[in-house]
Amino acid sequence: MDVLTVREAVRRHVEDGQNLYLAGFTHLIPFAFGHEIIRQGRRHLTLSRATPDLLYDQMIAAGVADRVVFSYAGNPGIGLLQAFRRAVQAGEVEVEEYSHFELIARLEAGAAGLPFWPLRALDNDLTRLRARPRVKSPYGDEDVAVVPPLCPDVTLLHAHCADEDGNVYAWGLLGEVREAALAARKVLVSVEEIRPAGSLRNQRDHLVLPGFRVESISVEPWAAHPSYVQDVYDRDQDFYLEWDRISRDPAATSAWLERFVYDIVDRAAYLSLWPPERLSRLREAARIGVQ
Amino acid sequence: MGSNRRCEMAAVGARLLRDRERVLVGVGMPNLAANLAKRLHAPDLVLVYESGVIDAYPPELPLSIGDPDLVRTSLCVLPIADLFSQYLQTGWIDVGFLGGAQVDRRGNLNSTVIGPYDRPKVRLAGSGGAADVASFARRTVVLIPHDLHRFPAHLDFVTSPGHPPGTRRAGGPAHVVTDLGLLDFDSEGEMRLIGVYPGVTVSEVRERTGWPLRVASEVQVLTPPSSDEVAVYRALAKGKEAPIG
Repeated sequence: MDVLTVREAVRRHVEDGQNLYLAGFTHLIPFAFGHEIIRQGRRHLTLSRATPDLLYDQMIAAGVADRVVFSYAGNPGIGLLQAFRRAVQAGEVEVEEYSHFELIARLEAGAAGLPFWPLRALDNDLTRLRARPRVKSPYGDEDVAVVPPLCPDVTLLHAHCADEDGNVYAWGLLGEVREAALAARKVLVSVEEIRPAGSLRNQRDHLVLPGFRVESISVEPWAAHPSYVQDVYDRDQDFYLEWDRISRDPAATSAWLERFVYDIVDRAAYLSLWPPERLSRLREAARIGVQ
Repeated sequence: MGSNRRCEMAAVGARLLRDRERVLVGVGMPNLAANLAKRLHAPDLVLVYESGVIDAYPPELPLSIGDPDLVRTSLCVLPIADLFSQYLQTGWIDVGFLGGAQVDRRGNLNSTVIGPYDRPKVRLAGSGGAADVASFARRTVVLIPHDLHRFPAHLDFVTSPGHPPGTRRAGGPAHVVTDLGLLDFDSEGEMRLIGVYPGVTVSEVRERTGWPLRVASEVQVLTPPSSDEVAVYRALAKGKEAPIG
């Protein structure tokens, strides 16, 4: 396990053509890693994620992806992902699509090292297109649908904190973070803060991954903005609404990427582009529970 | 759609939820209606969100199903894998409260594409958990605006399965709430009009449905929202552009 900058972690471990899973369900979305992947010009990636969210919309707009594996490609509560939608309608990215349960089941198979995972869900047009197989139970007459494992080359995630041994801690809404990490060959983690080795042993109930499963830790406060870190900063709902407007216009989308991704060197520079009051409001809201 | 119709839709949707039921709540109008029920006749309604949040009572209407406010007020937050396999798949969710882009006469829902799948005219968000909720919830309720585009004779894509041809399955769609009225499914699993809002006629509903719609022998006029329902609806919807479906 190494402590690396986000830039160095991506430079060493993320390669063209890989299958990446940038984990985090609404919460803890690793925007700093995603932006760094755009800046370093990676290409031909398969981007896997239950909920592509704004991060994959931005990465697709930047042209890093050939393929998206997903189950819900919306801007939650607001509408559609416009860059994703344009790219799919123009045939520029391939899609491989599941229900949430199926996608998570694929990660469970990957994390457990099994060749498939059973589930009872009824058929729909997605499962018919894919000719989803069924297997017969050896213990009775039932047969169940199965899905294959999903094993990302690299899973990237953001967490509240880690210790210097790379043990990773997070709480709140964890979604499919654990399964996505354990299914991957390599795991890169960014954290709000790092603590001395062994000092978080009393936080064992919040352990997400033990250090021996982690390739690198990067200390990157605000790495999840505009998503959130429970109790640290709240979701920037205004930006989720703003992105709906920006992303409808390809020129405005490119201009946003120039200003907030390409023209800056790192996350500190990204943060300097936001009004300090806006960020302090998100911090305050996380503490007292209103925004 | 005017805000009065939205309020009627939320109120009629909310009344379909009974106290102490466990309801899996989708984004948009379902979220509004479930939160309305929780604040009025169903204080012990258990709001479950597919993000893994169990028994939330958010102070304001959450924008997304993964909002920090939902987590702060929840009983617990499950890993999604646990929610789907151990709670939903095993029948512990009473009601799936869903939106969608299109619904057909069997209660099949499309939230995937308009046009051909390989080269869609409009690419929509996709299933999320909707196909799973439609599979496993003890019943589902669909909230959707009523027009010819949303009630077509043939769906471009079946995302969430309704009732199979010619028969009504256990579970599956129980009601559809629209901005014209209330529909259910008969013993053959076919959608049927059972109620309209004051001022809406049966022929108007038929004109805005893409197939010859079955109509119950008696169509009730739905009770308009009470002053309590209107007040809570307004407080919840204030400042929100909650999309429907």
